[in-house]
Amino acid sequence: MDIATESFTPGMSALGGALIGLSASLLMLSHGRIAGISGIVGGLLEPGSKDRDWRLAFVLGLVAGGIALFFAYPGAFVVNIERGSLAVVAAGLLVGFGARLGSGCTSGHGVCGISRFSRRSLVATGTFMATGAITTFLYTTLVGGAS
Amino acid sequence: MKHVFAFLVGLIFAVGLGLAGMTQPAKVVGFLNFTGRWDPSLAFVMLGAIGVNLVLFRLVLKRKSPLFEGLFQVPGNNHLDQRLIMGSAIFGVGWGLAGYCPGPAIVSTGGGNGHAVLFTAAMLIGMLLFRSFIAWDAKRGDERMTQRSS
Repeated sequence: MDIATESFTPGMSALGGALIGLSASLLMLSHGRIAGISGIVGGLLEPGSKDRDWRLAFVLGLVAGGIALFFAYPGAFVVNIERGSLAVVAAGLLVGFGARLGSGCTSGHGVCGISRFSRRSLVATGTFMATGAITTFLYTTLVGGAS
Repeated sequence: MKHVFAFLVGLIFAVGLGLAGMTQPAKVVGFLNFTGRWDPSLAFVMLGAIGVNLVLFRLVLKRKSPLFEGLFQVPGNNHLDQRLIMGSAIFGVGWGLAGYCPGPAIVSTGGGNGHAVLFTAAMLIGMLLFRSFIAWDAKRGDERMTQRSS
């Protein structure tokens, strides 16, 4: 297997991951909720939902964190892959629809669910990693521009 | 206080995603690129996050209730169904195509990334389409039930 040693960041990634875990545990402590981003955002779009306030506050925190990173660590937003606008829009539609249909995304299933040894989340994570890998393979083979 | 806490928790989540490399589509695609030059960084994100959660979730769930709510809302469903598999499969295709998942896309919107704004807008539309799909699917189910009973 060919490891991309030049971009491999085990320390920073584990540290960032630990902060993600800390945040998820804090949300469980404060609101008793799973920190699944697609679920939190999806709940904002439900008409008549009564708990919009904390969801909106959380999402605003995400955006504020993005603004803070932009000033303190702009390297966080290096894209380094070539994707046309059409591919980006198609990807957004698939991610939004798929995450809601599958009741979760990388955060809800991949982090929180696996931490609870949820069978559904293990299967979901295995499935989206597999189709993600197949898509990456097909895209780089047919279109090119992996990195 | 409750909402200030939610805001701060979102902020910590965003900083975690940024440091982890999740807001850099090349790193995400590099992780999913098992057959090419593979970047295993994202496995360390998961290890870090799950490691912390394994300890803290357990401590938190020893409490009778959360700080600001009456009870913990932990999913108890253990049933593997078609929606879970199909939804996750569709999600993975989108994730691999652009290298963004929902959290990093929203954070990158705050970081002023044009593609992330486009992606997030499309993602919200995808979620609204899901609502329409659910309504259509429920109606179809009702009609079938009616046909069967008549």
